[in-house]
Amino acid sequence: MTSTLQSSGPGATGSRAAAAIEKARGEGRAALIGYLPAGFPDVQTTIDAGIAMARNGMDLIEVGIPYSDPVMDGRVIQEATVEALSNGFTVSQIFAVVEGITRSTDAAVLVMTYWNPVMRMGVREFAERLAAAGGAGLITPDLIPDEASEWLEVSEELGLDRVFLVAPSTSPERMRSTVEASRGFVYAVSVMGVTGARSSVGAAAEAVVAAAHEAGAERVCVGLGVSTSAQVRQIGAYADGVIVGTALVAALRDGGVEAVADLSRELSSGTAQDPVGGHP
Amino acid sequence: MTDMHQDTDRQGTDDGAADAIDSGTAEAFLSHDESLRHAPGPYFGSYGGRWMPESLIAALDELQDTFEKAKADPEFTAQVADLNKNYAGRPSLLTEAQRFAEHCGGVRVFLKREDLNHTGSHKINNVLGQALIAKRMGKTRVIAETGAGQHGVASATAAALLGLECVVYMGAEDTRRQALNVARMQLLGATVVPVTTGSQTLKDAINDALRDWVANVETTHYLLGTAAGAHPFPSMVRYFHEVIGEETREQILEQTGKLPDAVCACVGGGSNAIGMFHGFLDDRDVALYGFEAGGDGVETGRHAATITLGRPGVLHGARSYLMQDQDGQTMESHSISAGLDYPGVGPEHAYLADIGRAMYEPITDAEAMDAFTVLCRTEGIIPAIETAHALAGAMKVGRRLAADLAPGEQAADRVIVVNLSGRGDKDVATAAGYFDLLPDESAEQEIAEEGEQL
Repeated sequence: MTSTLQSSGPGATGSRAAAAIEKARGEGRAALIGYLPAGFPDVQTTIDAGIAMARNGMDLIEVGIPYSDPVMDGRVIQEATVEALSNGFTVSQIFAVVEGITRSTDAAVLVMTYWNPVMRMGVREFAERLAAAGGAGLITPDLIPDEASEWLEVSEELGLDRVFLVAPSTSPERMRSTVEASRGFVYAVSVMGVTGARSSVGAAAEAVVAAAHEAGAERVCVGLGVSTSAQVRQIGAYADGVIVGTALVAALRDGGVEAVADLSRELSSGTAQDPVGGHP
Repeated sequence: MTDMHQDTDRQGTDDGAADAIDSGTAEAFLSHDESLRHAPGPYFGSYGGRWMPESLIAALDELQDTFEKAKADPEFTAQVADLNKNYAGRPSLLTEAQRFAEHCGGVRVFLKREDLNHTGSHKINNVLGQALIAKRMGKTRVIAETGAGQHGVASATAAALLGLECVVYMGAEDTRRQALNVARMQLLGATVVPVTTGSQTLKDAINDALRDWVANVETTHYLLGTAAGAHPFPSMVRYFHEVIGEETREQILEQTGKLPDAVCACVGGGSNAIGMFHGFLDDRDVALYGFEAGGDGVETGRHAATITLGRPGVLHGARSYLMQDQDGQTMESHSISAGLDYPGVGPEHAYLADIGRAMYEPITDAEAMDAFTVLCRTEGIIPAIETAHALAGAMKVGRRLAADLAPGEQAADRVIVVNLSGRGDKDVATAAGYFDLLPDESAEQEIAEEGEQL
């Protein structure tokens, strides 16, 4: 594949997300990335659950900012974020969550956010506070590089990761420009749809990953629909990282932090000691 | 990205965005000869764009490409013209409202009768055009959002006419309150999906429609109902409504021999207003007024006066004025008119407000309902409650014009055009409830009591 690019290239300098993925690669496996919405059901639980994920096999932690209009999210995450908001979550608390997790673990912590809350605070102020809290960068589901000029500039300056999404519908031209604009890794959407557990992750995912690698991406992680260690193993065979969201949210909802720890351990068995996992 | 409204939280008695605009900017703009017509997007000043998931960008590109080619294809424009004429009933009339004018300071008032179109509002212009575009893309299914049901009914109508499957997303509360409109859509062969997520309002119906679109984009076109959303929707929806302004300009010249002093329209997302305004954008002496839903009054916080009190943000794919809290969370809007009850506004309106080409002012529920009654009783026309906001605005503008006459001028020398964007048959239960015309314990009384967005 693109093994010559798999060492840390220029785009990876200082990238915590890249470092976490490369560390996993060094262990012969794909990286495991876990998502939880902040403030569900409260800020302390998110911090505890984030720490539990990091201590049970997750290489990167992705915390989401609950938002009133989450168009890329399915039912489970929608319900969790509605609850977080009705429990009084405010955007500034995301920095406490990031700090709480990074203080206690080595995991890289990324914030997943729809763009309006960032725009409302001001891109620079948001980015500076995120950096001060120890955050690695942002995953932006409704921000495409075409609209991201301010974020590109500020993230470059502060050394924050920019994780843009690519999808099965992404054209070769857009694949190239998005890969080029990304820093840390590229988020490959496995299916055309919203977040939520699916019994199988389609063949489209592998094609998206291949296209992103082809376009020069050094690290491509697959998200949407992944909920089991079998799926993690299957995707880890061709992707540099695997992202799990809804399943962890459901675990937290039904069984608290302990269930999140258990599921994280379970999922990480899909990457650990897998001789064919990851790229050589 | 410069934020034109750093002085955030302009709550209180702010009279309108026009006041907040640097007058130098407006003058500089007015002295320029650049045309404002046919603005192609994706940006209108710093507004518009594509704040959308990457998954949908290919579909937006395909839509833009298809739309651009269609506009240049005489066969397509002939198809649109034929449907407008022989199906929708265009051109719609321009009716002088002499008795209503007495309530507008005595200036002459003309009503652009979009209420006489098939399905009873301007909405038909856009749905016919977009349904044809959907067919050109080879899509077999259209989805739409609706608040009170007007755009849903129009979409179901166009889908039936052109043989497309139609699914309409509608807030669960609205499906109950608008049971008759749900039945209308079903009679027309559409499936209505009650939306139970988020705040269960129009904005959440749009969210669910977008989620459907992401998952079914290969077969499905999202038939967005207003001039908002990601590029190319704002300019495309405007294109299909430009016929309103074009006809009006021709008709007013024919009937009065001159251009009007002012043009009034209501603004929710802003589709009827942008279609009307477009005909006059380059006629700098024609004042353009958009009237937003002031709800209980902008000072109460219960309103939908997005331009008046919102600040720039991104929602549903476009950067525009937005009702949002300190955290950037979308706020719930309030209006007696379901069609104006939306916390965003089309990006071209945001631009026209900033450069001072159009003025936007809030009209309260009470003012709108007063104008509603006046039109019913002076002209024998029951307007949609959305439209009543434009009528209430026209009453204010007319009085201002009459109070500001040059020596020797008569009020009747001044001319106002109002876009009568829709008929009020759908609003009879709301109005009857509002004016307490229903017998206690009638079924309609029960409906009327259930909510403001009847």
